[in-house]
Amino acid sequence: MRHLLRRAAFYVVALWAAVTLNFLVPRLSPGNPAQAMLSRLHGKASPQAIHALEILFGVNTHDSLWTQYLQYLNNLLHGDLGVSITYLPAPVTQVIMRDLLWTLILVGVTLIISFVIGTLLGAVVAWRHGSMLDSILPPVFTFLSAIPYFWLALIFLYIFGFTLGWFPIYGGYDADSTTPGMNIDFLVSALQHAILPAITIVIGSIAGWILGMRNTMISTLSEDYVLMAEAKGLSERRIMLTYAARNAILPNITSFALSLGFVVSGALLTEIVFSYPGIGYALLQAVENHDYSLIEGIFLLIVIAVLAANFLADIAYVVLDPRVRHERGRA
Amino acid sequence: MNQPLTLFTDKLSAAWRFTAQNRKVSVGIAVVAFFVLMAIFGPVLVHQDPTAFTEDLLLPPSAAHWLGTTQNGQDVFAQVVYGSRVSLALGFIVGILTTAVSVVVGVVSGYFGGVIDELFSLVTNVFLVLPTLPLAILLAAFLPYKGPLTLGIVIGVTGWSWGARVMRSQTLSMRGRDFVEAAQARGESPFRIIFFEILPNETGLVAAELLGTVIYCILAQAGLEFIGLGNPSSVSWGTMFFFAQNSDALLLGAWWWFLPPGICIAVLGAALALVNFGIDEIANPRLRTERARKPSLLNRALGTSQTSAQLQEDLA
Repeated sequence: MRHLLRRAAFYVVALWAAVTLNFLVPRLSPGNPAQAMLSRLHGKASPQAIHALEILFGVNTHDSLWTQYLQYLNNLLHGDLGVSITYLPAPVTQVIMRDLLWTLILVGVTLIISFVIGTLLGAVVAWRHGSMLDSILPPVFTFLSAIPYFWLALIFLYIFGFTLGWFPIYGGYDADSTTPGMNIDFLVSALQHAILPAITIVIGSIAGWILGMRNTMISTLSEDYVLMAEAKGLSERRIMLTYAARNAILPNITSFALSLGFVVSGALLTEIVFSYPGIGYALLQAVENHDYSLIEGIFLLIVIAVLAANFLADIAYVVLDPRVRHERGRA
Repeated sequence: MNQPLTLFTDKLSAAWRFTAQNRKVSVGIAVVAFFVLMAIFGPVLVHQDPTAFTEDLLLPPSAAHWLGTTQNGQDVFAQVVYGSRVSLALGFIVGILTTAVSVVVGVVSGYFGGVIDELFSLVTNVFLVLPTLPLAILLAAFLPYKGPLTLGIVIGVTGWSWGARVMRSQTLSMRGRDFVEAAQARGESPFRIIFFEILPNETGLVAAELLGTVIYCILAQAGLEFIGLGNPSSVSWGTMFFFAQNSDALLLGAWWWFLPPGICIAVLGAALALVNFGIDEIANPRLRTERARKPSLLNRALGTSQTSAQLQEDLA
């Protein structure tokens, strides 16, 4: 428990750091670019909305930095992230909520698929250490891991979407013939649109899990208890999965949590290539339209999602590793 | 005083022998060298202006244009060659600076411990957990000047934390070793102990960090330029993607436009990663394929140095 509390406290600090970065970056950047954006906004948005944005970016104010900070935090606690310039007059929270589900499902599902397959493959490759499989797979996946996600996405889109026509090349569902909701047509269409981006993210991220698992597994295989299990004459599969892999997976869970931010970043770029209606695509539009409030809102949201996922990984770790449960709070 | 020097040259020649013997390292270094030579001398040999508009719009690869042309008639081959300069220069310079920061933070934090360590570790862990691309976009969007400096700052800020974390845990395990305690007993200054006693023993790890960071820098740069946060008037692999995407190269079937820069990045990245694996094999003999799966008892009794796997465990 104490371990988890420490972790939770750390995530609160990390969240605070993200919020404070959001507050400071526009104020510290030379010639605050948000000012130009706000001046274009007069007459288009309501005075309240403009005032909220002024608080967000520190424009047209004579308050001290500290007062601004308190005002900013107050707005944030009330869930006010300002209005989005791109989708005027929709508030940023509304834009984000609209796109969040797409990203959450796409990235969540693909992450789990790639982690499970990658970890299993890594265990098998390590078990066959020195075999053909082991000499072929790691270099192949090394090459894959060095490929930029968005480029892989472009290639897939070109081959399977554009040239072969197997998959749709644009969007998250067929907007002409289906309406979003719980109906078969829409779900089938959404699935069709999701396959190619999902494959891209899996291939782009799987190498890390395979190589990480392989390396820890090789170390685990030389432990005495594995030798003991072999001496007892247990089946290969049992030794591999319940003796070696079970222990080797622990560090991999840690790196799962740590590389989450990286994978999410790659997934965002993949969404952009596929014009997938998630957070990544919204982020691109925000960048193109200098929609600073949307950029800040998306940053904050992704931070919260990643921190939450990290905390889940922490809980999983505690459940899987009794040492952490009994040892007193190791951060 | 000469002893450390001969030790160093001994190590260097040992490293050279290993480079020549380890196929991963030699292949990786050869490929990296090819790209470095292309970045330095390529533009001298290619007599085509990569930005010049011509009449040859969107042509597939031919004898006149080896990799075809863009929608504005620019030569893709010339762009790839010129682009390697910007991409590699930024990747390596930012990679080296970022690694330097992470090494200093990690080693100082691990050596001193106490309040310094708590503080440094907290900052490191916060940056580790914040997602890189959204943070990079946030920073890049607000910096008024688009170009290598902005990209460098952004990539550096988002890229140093992993290395610092790894260096810290390695230093932590070094701190209690005999040679460090001996140096402390001799009354050496902390500065000397850190940079002349501990750091030379972490050379392999620093090299691995450097390579990993350079890969990160090249990938992050390409990603940021792809979404339009780079300097669009300079030619680099990332801006090539940006223009290809914005001109719908894909829907025009112009594969020759976006394929080459991606292959360059992937091959260069894989080569760097290969060198990295080779170094990992030096540091962690268990990973060497020529060995049996289980090291002999003798081998284990001798004790291998801290492995990357153990390091990962420490990170838990």
